[in-house]
Amino acid sequence: MRELWQIFLSFFRIGMFTLGGGYAMLPLIQCEVVEKRQWVDNREFIELLALAQTAPGPMAINAAVFVGYKHRGIAGSLAACLGMTLPSFLIILIIAMYLVGFRENHYVECFFKGVRPAVVALIAAPLYALGKAIKIRWWGVPLTALIAAAIAFAGISPAILVVAASLIGLFGGMLQKKRGEKPDATVS
Amino acid sequence: MQLYLELFFSFFKIGLFGFGGGYAMLPLIQHEVVGAHHQWLNMVDFTDIVAISQITPGPVAINMATYVGYTVSGNIWGSMLATLGVTLPPLLIMLIISRFYLKFRKNQYVEMAFSTLRPGILGLIAAAAISLVNSYNFIDKTSGLIFATVFVACLYRIHPMKLIIASGLAGLIIYR
Repeated sequence: MRELWQIFLSFFRIGMFTLGGGYAMLPLIQCEVVEKRQWVDNREFIELLALAQTAPGPMAINAAVFVGYKHRGIAGSLAACLGMTLPSFLIILIIAMYLVGFRENHYVECFFKGVRPAVVALIAAPLYALGKAIKIRWWGVPLTALIAAAIAFAGISPAILVVAASLIGLFGGMLQKKRGEKPDATVS
Repeated sequence: MQLYLELFFSFFKIGLFGFGGGYAMLPLIQHEVVGAHHQWLNMVDFTDIVAISQITPGPVAINMATYVGYTVSGNIWGSMLATLGVTLPPLLIMLIISRFYLKFRKNQYVEMAFSTLRPGILGLIAAAAISLVNSYNFIDKTSGLIFATVFVACLYRIHPMKLIIASGLAGLIIYR
């Protein structure tokens, strides 16, 4: 029971500070779930993002469900999901009930002028450490850059690239295996 | 009663077909709540909620469900049902995916797929950071300074929550 409460609290905290879209949650999850609690490691963290991308719905919910399930099964995933949803539910409810002019408030606007560039830095800063954690190989760097450019500049859907990237790995690995080489994938 | 069921199923549909998360879900949400068959919101309200979502925590789909649920039904139950509706499909689908993943991740073919998928996901994160470098997030030189400070602080492993609060307070002082 204490463990479930712990999961709920961790995701409540993450949900509380996920400002500016799904990716803003990544540094928070990494800090809270990977480093502090160690419920998943850095490698699983990357893999969970891949899974969260392929499932429908908000990435935050998907990530919470995965971590909760891995740590404490179905009860754990419910606790994580509830923790993740509750802060935004309560805050929006209060705004819908009482604070119609919330968005135009001068101080709110000033606060967020400061937060917005910070969120971008929080998303970009952990990239190098993550690359090291997944033991990225020489061909991984141009692949990463190519996929980043395809999404950011060509507007290709991330879901399609997730499927394409995994198929390349699958067929590449099978080809290496057929040639009798040891597949790259099993080296690390 | 009919209204509550409609709220639940509309948002269930959004949760079920909302691939790509976040703002990729907006057209679908718009179709359900502003579009022809419900008209729960007008376009101005819809845009307002999207804007409010940008400055409140949590997924935009959850924010939308909570807000629409409340304004349409006039009470908290509509809010809860809509939010439940949008959460349920990803919860169930992700449970199944997690189960399979934990069972098959040592499988050599799964490992092959993940060998290129892992760098690919790094690319996804990089793309998110790149597309956020725009005139909405960076309004002046101070924004660049905040970005650089937080970037360095993050490398020194200062907790993101502290950095978010600190940069917000800095915004209050600087832009006041």
